[in-house]
Amino acid sequence: MTRFFALPSFSLRFIAVWRRHFLVWRKLAIPSILGNLADPLIVLFGLGYGLGAALGEVEGTSYFGFLAGGFMASTTMYAATFESLFSAYSRMHVQKTWEAIVNAPMTLEDVLAGEWAWAASKALAAGICILAIVAAAGHASFPSALAAVPVVVLVGLAFAALGLAVNALASGYDFFSYYMTLLLTPMMMLSGVFFPVERLPEAVQAVARALPLYHGVELVRPLLAGALPAHAFLHLVVLAAYALAGFYLATVLTRRRLLT
Amino acid sequence: MNSLEVRGLRKRYGGEEVVCGVDLEVAPGECFGLLGPNGAGKTTTLRLCLGLADPDAGAIRLLGHEVPAHAREARAQVGVVPQFDNLDPDFSVAENLLVYGRYFGLGDRAVAPRIPQLLEFAGLGGRAAAKIQTLSGGMKRRLTLARALVNDPRMLFMDEPTTGLDPQARHLIWERLRRLMQEGRTLVLTTHFMEEAERLCNRVAIMDRGRIIAQGTPRELIARHIEAQVVEVHGPDVEGWMAQAKPLAQRTELAGETVFCYADSVEPLIGSLRSRPELLYMHRPANLEDLFLKLTGRDLRD
Repeated sequence: MTRFFALPSFSLRFIAVWRRHFLVWRKLAIPSILGNLADPLIVLFGLGYGLGAALGEVEGTSYFGFLAGGFMASTTMYAATFESLFSAYSRMHVQKTWEAIVNAPMTLEDVLAGEWAWAASKALAAGICILAIVAAAGHASFPSALAAVPVVVLVGLAFAALGLAVNALASGYDFFSYYMTLLLTPMMMLSGVFFPVERLPEAVQAVARALPLYHGVELVRPLLAGALPAHAFLHLVVLAAYALAGFYLATVLTRRRLLT
Repeated sequence: MNSLEVRGLRKRYGGEEVVCGVDLEVAPGECFGLLGPNGAGKTTTLRLCLGLADPDAGAIRLLGHEVPAHAREARAQVGVVPQFDNLDPDFSVAENLLVYGRYFGLGDRAVAPRIPQLLEFAGLGGRAAAKIQTLSGGMKRRLTLARALVNDPRMLFMDEPTTGLDPQARHLIWERLRRLMQEGRTLVLTTHFMEEAERLCNRVAIMDRGRIIAQGTPRELIARHIEAQVVEVHGPDVEGWMAQAKPLAQRTELAGETVFCYADSVEPLIGSLRSRPELLYMHRPANLEDLFLKLTGRDLRD
């Protein structure tokens, strides 16, 4: 029982797992990158320009500029989540890839760390694609916008860790609908992606400030606009805490699922 | 020193103890078979030996390493063929081997030159670029065996290596396993094919309900526990014949419509069958399956 709750022990062996996922991705890289580009193009231009024309300025900037930061953060959230839910579940449960890996001198922690790093890499790829589109539309201010890239990786690590914890509890792909619909969709509405959090009632704002996506948005939006985020350290600490606590939870739950 | 030593191994799932005090020893270069009906605890025992689950009690030494504490070091010198194929469907045959080698810390430059050799061994020469989906069940099984050899292991663990294969594919796997034994590798396999165990294993242990109930060489076990000859009889009113034949055999048993007679000398039985030409019978030497059924019973285990 004690081994269940032990802290995950790190080894560089996880790189072999990351490289496996990367090799699979490379075979499908072009459609994957096209998807990463097309999705934000449609939403950003549709909502940003379409809805933006009706809304005018939000917080002293064009709606497109406002939406860009929130959307970059929420897209990386979804990129990391999909990878750590559906893809990880396929590898864990359907293809039994994890089982094959731990028959080699690899531990469950190596596998989880590889999944974690890989999901964050997918978030990074999605983030870079959005940044390219936002920059091409003239709404990114450099060099500060480049600082949004590591933030996006941290957002990816936070949501990948939470996703892996949910994955360890899953009984099938349908299970993920609960998490996506009941947690992530409301989180996207509450975290200031589409409209400023200040528009929400006080009590709801307090909830929003506890959510990881809120802190991601608060960092990415000013960085794209060329400003230093207020309370940057606090936001980074909250995201890092979600990432680390989430990964610990994922480790314990996965051990419970697979090591018994 | 033994390749594998297990003492007092116990494992409980929920309320049920599935491994209840198992002791095992496997000597270097030996082929050891763990036999038992479904649910006997064979797969759990293998998982415990590899450090993939924590035992509730007991001690395991695998290739000199204490398991599970040093399972990583032990597994570095072990190859595993799991019960269900878990080849990577996104990769070609060669990529499966290359990527698996990385999990052992082996660089591509170390593994790539060995791939043709491994594929040759698996009877998959020239298929390096093939997709996994295009392989037959037997080919997948052989590729899984080749994958288990990617680290040139001293010892192999195989969980039902030939389940679901046709006779040709099964014979090819047996032939390859013999070759691995000749190379001095230690083999541990689980099976419920008694024929497989008799052909391959130097030593077998029969496991039932989490316990080892008999252990030894196949011949030894048959000689110790069972009569040398078997006559299987079926046909109209076989039960009537059975009542009359009972004193002629050491042991008779009715299973469904068939009477099994176990005896060291079968001439009296065959003689009595001559007067009942409508009965069909088969006479054969006793095998491990008879022993297995005697020790574990004929009830279905699902």
